[in-house]
Amino acid sequence: MHGHWYFARLAARREENATARTLLFDVEKWPGHLPGQHVDVRLTADDGYQAIRSYSLAAPAEGDRLELGVQPVEGGEVSPYLAEQLPLDAYVEVRGPLGGWFVWRGERTEPVLLLGGGSGIVPLRAMVRARRSSAARSPFLLLYALRSPAERWYAEELRPGADADGVRTRLLYSREAPAEEPRPAGRLTAADLAGAAEVEGGPPLCYVCGPTGFVEHAAGLLVAAGVPPGRVRTERFG
Amino acid sequence: MNTLSPGFHGHTRPRSDRLPPGQYPTEQFPVLSAGPTPEVPTSTWEFTLTGTEGERLRTWDWAGFGDLPQEEPTVDIHCVTRWTKWDTSWRGVSVDVLLEGVDTSASHVMAESYGGYTTNLPLADLTGGRAWIVHTFDGLPLPPEHGGPARLLVPHLYFWKSAKWVSGLRLLDRDEPGFWESVGYHMYGDPWREQRNRSD
Ligand SMILES: Cc1cc2nc3c(=O)[nH]c(=O)nc-3n(C[C@H](O)[C@H](O)[C@H](O)COP(=O)(O)OP(=O)(O)OC[C@H]3O[C@@H](n4cnc5c(N)ncnc54)[C@H](O)[C@@H]3O)c2cc1C
Repeated sequence: MHGHWYFARLAARREENATARTLLFDVEKWPGHLPGQHVDVRLTADDGYQAIRSYSLAAPAEGDRLELGVQPVEGGEVSPYLAEQLPLDAYVEVRGPLGGWFVWRGERTEPVLLLGGGSGIVPLRAMVRARRSSAARSPFLLLYALRSPAERWYAEELRPGADADGVRTRLLYSREAPAEEPRPAGRLTAADLAGAAEVEGGPPLCYVCGPTGFVEHAAGLLVAAGVPPGRVRTERFG
Repeated sequence: MNTLSPGFHGHTRPRSDRLPPGQYPTEQFPVLSAGPTPEVPTSTWEFTLTGTEGERLRTWDWAGFGDLPQEEPTVDIHCVTRWTKWDTSWRGVSVDVLLEGVDTSASHVMAESYGGYTTNLPLADLTGGRAWIVHTFDGLPLPPEHGGPARLLVPHLYFWKSAKWVSGLRLLDRDEPGFWESVGYHMYGDPWREQRNRSD
């Protein structure tokens, strides 16, 4: 199953912000996936040269539809092509679903803490979506660390505050915060995670995702706050 | 018109004889870990060789480990997340040295780490000058996020087999899945045969 490459047709591309793009692909006979999993995307040049990179699945499985979120990296081989160049209706190849550890299984009832930095929000958004559409009532807290309002992803969907489904969201700006934001812009600190280990129902299952520096820092803060290391799952993008 | 990634040109074509299938070369040193980086002070660090019955065969502390004969391998490493890094230079002790004189019928080994990580390998893949316990990268102490103070280095297999924060090797009579192997990764992990997932 994993070894198989599927053709994926670009059905739509959406702007998340000035640079980040959501890409919707149609993949015939896609076997489905779990929130948190990723795919490998393969591009082929005219001379047969191929490049492969991993991208997280941004939404739960829904038929043959796959949603990715791509943050173009300057000078990158694959991400600028996906974000800006790949024409609608053209194909790439994908392989997956991949990853059996950084996944949220809906049947679990324990509290969950999601901690995303930058484009690390992508697989966490799939988990939030899955939680909202499931019968699971596990408390969900999403901490979304981002540089500035201009770099925000999923603005309509991930709003600060508590929603009717019991998902709480906080945005933590590191460089520039909007005027109405009480927390001054700054790096994620222990204070942002105060109480993280003592939520009702015991230390939450934590999912931390983003660039390596962010993940190292954030996972370290969680452990320092008293979350057992075995409850912290990480995914590093670089 | 070619509808498979039209207009994609890619970067320079890498030297293919040293690049396993599906990999791309990087100058960076990306990090793959399942969880937080454990803090392992060298003052309490120990490395233990355990027999198939769970018996402690040998133990070294940091100083004792430093007294063993050291080697400086320069090798290519291949991560299952598809990056390959050429000519990485390390310093550490060959696993041959650690196993010297041990009489065992074991077929496999479980590498065990501080923080609970495990990974399984055939014993034969750790011998014959193909595996080391390393503590120095590029002339500097191995940083914690890359497995410091010491990690296993088995460059001919995907890099998840090179357990970070290694605390010992446990001899096994038969193969058993380690951490990533039990969530779907391949039991052996040969990059030249693209053994990424269980079904590959
Ligand atoms: C499991 C997994 C899931 C991922 N999910 C996503 C996702 O959902 N969305 C997403 O946008 N990316 C994701 N990534 C990262 C993605 O796989 C690529 O690494 C990224 O798109 C850069 O690829 P590239 O070919 O454009 O750049 P490359 O050609 O590989 O790199 C060019 C240069 O850019 C720099 N660079 C490369 N990667 C990064 C980085 N991550 N941050 C900063 N600088 C970098 C380096 O200097 C590098 O030498 C994920 C990675 C992993 C391992």
